[in-house]
Amino acid sequence: MLARVWALVIKEFLAILRDKKSRFVLIGPPLIQLLVFGYAATFDLNHIPYAVYNQDPGYASRQLLGYFQGSTAFRQVATVTDEGQIAPLIDDEKVLLVLQIGPRFTEDLLRHRPAPVQVLIDGRNSNTATLALNYVNSVLLRFDQRWAADHHWGKPPAQLLVRAWFNPNLLSRWFIVPGIVALLMLVVTLLVTGLSVAREREQGTFDQLLVTPMTPAEILLGKALPGIFIGALEGTFIALVAVFWFGVPLVGSILALALGMLLFLLAAVGIGLMISSLAVTQQQGLLGAFLFLVPAIILSGFATPIANMPELVQDLTLANPMRYFLVIVRGVFLQGDSIPELWSQYWPLAIIAGLSMTAAAWLFRHRLQ
Amino acid sequence: MAVTTEASSPLQLRAVVKTFARGKDAVHALDGVDLEITAGKVTGLLGPDGAGKTTLMRLAAGLLRPSSGSVTVLGRDLGRGAGSLQQAIGYMPQRFGLYEDLSVQENLDLYSDLQDLDPKAARQRQQELLELTALGPFGRRRAGDLSGGMKQKLGLACALLRAPQLLLLDEPTVGVDPIARRELWQIVDALRRQGTTVLMSTSYFDEAERCDEILLLNAGKILQQGPLPHFTAPLRGRCFLVRHRGLRRRLLREALQGRAGVLDARITAAGVRVLSGQGQPSAQPGEEWQAVEPAFEDAFVALLGRVQEGGATNASKTPEQGAVKPAEKAIGRAGDGDTAVVEVHDLRKCFGSFEAVRQCSFTVRQGEIFGLLGANGAGKTTTFRMLCGLLPASSGSLKVAGVDMRRATSAARGRIGYVAQKFALYGNLSVDQNLAFFAAAYGLRGGHRRMAIANAREEFQLAAYGAVNADDLPLGIKQRLALACALLHEPPILFLDEPTSGVDPLARREFWQRINALAAQGVTILITTHFMDEAEYCDRLVLMSLGEILAQGSPAQLRQQARTAEQPEPTMEEAFIRLIEEHERVIRRAS
Amino acid sequence: MNSRRLRGLIRKEFIQIRRDPSAIAIAFFMPVFLLFLFGYGVSLDARRVPLAVVVDQPTAQSSTLVAGLEHSPYFRPRHYASIQEARTALLRRQVDGIVWLRADFSRRLLRGQSPDIGVFVNGVDANNARIVEGYLQGVWQNWLQQRALAAGTPLLVPVDAKDRVWFNPALRSRDYLVPGLIAVIMTLIGALLTALVVAREWERGTMEALMATPVQMAEILLGKLIPYFLMGMGGMLLSVALAVWLFAVPLRGSFWVLLLSSALFLLVALGMGLLISSVARNQFVAGQIAIIVTFLPAFILSGFIFDIQSMPAAIRIITHLIAARYYVSLLQTLFLAGDIWPIVLWNSLALGLMALFFLGITLRRSHKRLD
Repeated sequence: MLARVWALVIKEFLAILRDKKSRFVLIGPPLIQLLVFGYAATFDLNHIPYAVYNQDPGYASRQLLGYFQGSTAFRQVATVTDEGQIAPLIDDEKVLLVLQIGPRFTEDLLRHRPAPVQVLIDGRNSNTATLALNYVNSVLLRFDQRWAADHHWGKPPAQLLVRAWFNPNLLSRWFIVPGIVALLMLVVTLLVTGLSVAREREQGTFDQLLVTPMTPAEILLGKALPGIFIGALEGTFIALVAVFWFGVPLVGSILALALGMLLFLLAAVGIGLMISSLAVTQQQGLLGAFLFLVPAIILSGFATPIANMPELVQDLTLANPMRYFLVIVRGVFLQGDSIPELWSQYWPLAIIAGLSMTAAAWLFRHRLQ
Repeated sequence: MAVTTEASSPLQLRAVVKTFARGKDAVHALDGVDLEITAGKVTGLLGPDGAGKTTLMRLAAGLLRPSSGSVTVLGRDLGRGAGSLQQAIGYMPQRFGLYEDLSVQENLDLYSDLQDLDPKAARQRQQELLELTALGPFGRRRAGDLSGGMKQKLGLACALLRAPQLLLLDEPTVGVDPIARRELWQIVDALRRQGTTVLMSTSYFDEAERCDEILLLNAGKILQQGPLPHFTAPLRGRCFLVRHRGLRRRLLREALQGRAGVLDARITAAGVRVLSGQGQPSAQPGEEWQAVEPAFEDAFVALLGRVQEGGATNASKTPEQGAVKPAEKAIGRAGDGDTAVVEVHDLRKCFGSFEAVRQCSFTVRQGEIFGLLGANGAGKTTTFRMLCGLLPASSGSLKVAGVDMRRATSAARGRIGYVAQKFALYGNLSVDQNLAFFAAAYGLRGGHRRMAIANAREEFQLAAYGAVNADDLPLGIKQRLALACALLHEPPILFLDEPTSGVDPLARREFWQRINALAAQGVTILITTHFMDEAEYCDRLVLMSLGEILAQGSPAQLRQQARTAEQPEPTMEEAFIRLIEEHERVIRRAS
Repeated sequence: MNSRRLRGLIRKEFIQIRRDPSAIAIAFFMPVFLLFLFGYGVSLDARRVPLAVVVDQPTAQSSTLVAGLEHSPYFRPRHYASIQEARTALLRRQVDGIVWLRADFSRRLLRGQSPDIGVFVNGVDANNARIVEGYLQGVWQNWLQQRALAAGTPLLVPVDAKDRVWFNPALRSRDYLVPGLIAVIMTLIGALLTALVVAREWERGTMEALMATPVQMAEILLGKLIPYFLMGMGGMLLSVALAVWLFAVPLRGSFWVLLLSSALFLLVALGMGLLISSVARNQFVAGQIAIIVTFLPAFILSGFIFDIQSMPAAIRIITHLIAARYYVSLLQTLFLAGDIWPIVLWNSLALGLMALFFLGITLRRSHKRLD
């Protein structure tokens, strides 16, 4: 029995690797996605274009603006001299925000009177706007502390001292790149297993397989193993790229990561084989994989926190294997987690894996009728 | 477009070369072809797989541009595209070019529009064509739900909408049953009477004989062109019919094939037909030799056998001498035992409300070659799939080697070999990898596995193709590989589902020699086929139509059943058509 | 160009669309599915962040701050007895941050020593961490303000930002995600579906039969373009209707400008789809290429979710080649800001040029031959 399963595994590998197209599907898109996601998918703001409308002749405003000019997050692209120039700048997306400083800014400050700065911001992309406002506030905070110290304003009664654990500079790349490990493992495994039975059905080789002495269980196993191998290989590769190319720290237990990968792959392969058993043609398989992948990725916490979703959707995500694996990858990479800390993620993943494999086996037998 | 007169040829090729880049190599599909098709005649294009038939058709239809040389259609050089000339050409590609999700009527409407027929003329022409093709009652049916024969007729109707001056048909009769084939020929004959020039490629010899002219293509070159006598005349005095009182035809053929001076021996209804190298070879006692008129098949074998001397598809060198010994070990040399190996009783299969197979009973004895014949959609493949355990029967009983394959254990399944209709091999695995996989899948291991693979490579002459992907093999070699894979575990029972559909004539002959050799060693063989000449090779046959068995018995018995006053000696094909038509008449009357 | 042939081809295409479940799935099911997924499932606005609160020594001073946290709509504070416990909770992802008031907090506060309010956020999700930080600053400033009011002494903060958010004052992320999603949906219909259906004609051999008729290549192309253009516009109208009536996204610009610019983008997408299918004549490869060169960029490089300005320079340059980038900008502007002509004109011009480019190349590359 082992020999037969092994032969099937070898055959699956050859079928995937000898074909130029399938080889490309396994190597091309993941690499492109890795680079694009790694570089382009970031919530950190850089070079926010802004304009200044400074009506104040004094030195305080120049000092304040110096803080903005010194920050890499901002890039001044225009100077406004007249109220009417502001709207076109924002409307045409020339700038994201305009800092408007009133005519008596320095005077007020020197008289110990609070002097507001108007921030006019383009809210079309509300996430960018929220973040940019946060950035502005933190620049102002630094200026305030300096000004208060230099001009005897006295300290505020209590200070907020914020420290970020695990990612002190709050680089969103550290968040996104480990997520790609999960994302691409899911995509590749699903493509490998989701199309494998459909392809054999289309080519007629499935019948040929069924008349051999192989049992359905052996066929299923022979189909599952290549998916797991390839997924694990791809996952390991991306993890290495994350560490050595993108410089994301890997501080936790590798064993914990490996265990997570295994369970996640089992779940993904089970789902892939379910799709495969249901699909008659490769096109249906592809469509099925797509219909599973899109919500699985969007509702996983990959880019947006699950906590922000409506309750009902949050409950739905409990069935999503990627949700658990994302926590494991990020936990191991950034938080330094080891196996005991991740139990709460392992067991639901194991249950999903068990259920999906069982369902795949049942569907597989059932569809043979 | 009144350029065509009787004198000028509607299709001329001058020094045409067509190469395709395949990887780093350039493949010469056509290599210096000069030809002229005679106006108003039907020209048959024959040749082995990969001879360049489809390339030639596509060049003529303006779908390909020659690498060098010129193609002139209806007096115009196609060098700068076909343009409006395509209104005068009808072309039916191998896969018919139908939209399967459109109905018959919708397909006709589309092609009428594409031919820019005004609605009134279109309606009238469609009516004519629907009558001609007898598709009238099926106007609303989706093309995808039509049988192979009906699809082919619809494809032809679509190509005929604007009565073309030149009609190009690429293998229109592949995978089509004799009845549909006869109907197609009725249409072609009607066109011939109207003066349409037809060029059709085919792998049937009898079709070639019905053509006015024959074009024999091999490896991108024209081997010979002319009317039938042009091919057969040189063979006069070299063709014989041999009968033997004691020996069965199969054994007689084997005896004759090995004899000195015999180029080829094949089984026909009347006896064994022999093609000699020269004159009459020596006769053995009990044999009765009779000189006969040469047929096109003899010419084909004589011409291509010579060209391909030493090649892989050599018809005169058969593999059977050193051939397969497998089943001997499994069941001993059985000859014609009386043990029933396959028993089918009252088998029935329904798909929803549609009864695909009903009241089907037959028995196959050990060592028999047992044929299932029938029109497209008669239920042959469904029956086969039930026998192999791929489909559950709705009712009735079936036993293969004493067990129901549906509930069989792995071990029991190891006793059958199966070659599916389309050669179900892993296309991007090499020949060796396919063999290795199936050997392991059948549970062979260690030295046994190595032996089986080595034997298969040798016996099926696959060694030269070891590293070639199965997809890139010529059809004939593919079929050889499929058979080799199914025989690796030396099964005592072999199921072959239309194993020769679309395979060129030489490869088909070679295939049958192997099958005969296997049967001689006691392997039980069940086979479905569309080729009526192949039916003659079977020991016993069942003839199926609309899911029922019409007749069963030996080929001679079946022919006997169809005997009438007008046709005292019907061929298998005539018998087939007659029996099925009779049955369908009965059914129609009943309903 | 012959109108009867073209009509025949278009009629055929519509019959096929009607009978092919996967076309219906991509053209009508997918848009609704994606809109619901993004409209309901995705939000970047952190709400009710679980926050650990550790007060070593509760006093009147500390309780006012904790009350501020509890009344904030952004937090769900949980109390922990010690910083160790809170830390464990953070590690277990039960809370996203910790606010820690040390034992000497009140004492130093009363003495005017300006004690620290210790804040630890889980930096794994950097974006979320920043948002949490911003919310906390808000609570802190409120608290300072209230203390100052209670004491009757004005709050002494030198510079304070008075922000005014244009176009989307409530900063609802749905208002920009839903319009942006229309670009993704139109890409699916225009490029992916078109590439698949043309590849299918090659795969099934019907293209060969078509080419053997007198039909011209331009007619074959138009015969694909027109039906899928209408499908794409249908998908767009469906999405706009859902956006406006179901998700209550304002449509401030003119509907006709939206229609026109969508038509331009659709032409680009169709051009890409046709071009892909002229390169890849099988559905599997065509689908893969379409996803990589059209769908993924529309998602990631278009500014739909991620801010283009913040990408590295090399990638910013690449985004100029992505048609969806111009369309997303048009969509967000037309929905939220209105008819801002410079944006409308420049982006439309870019789309128009790209449409010409892709359709032109497709026409040039398409020969009525098999080789």
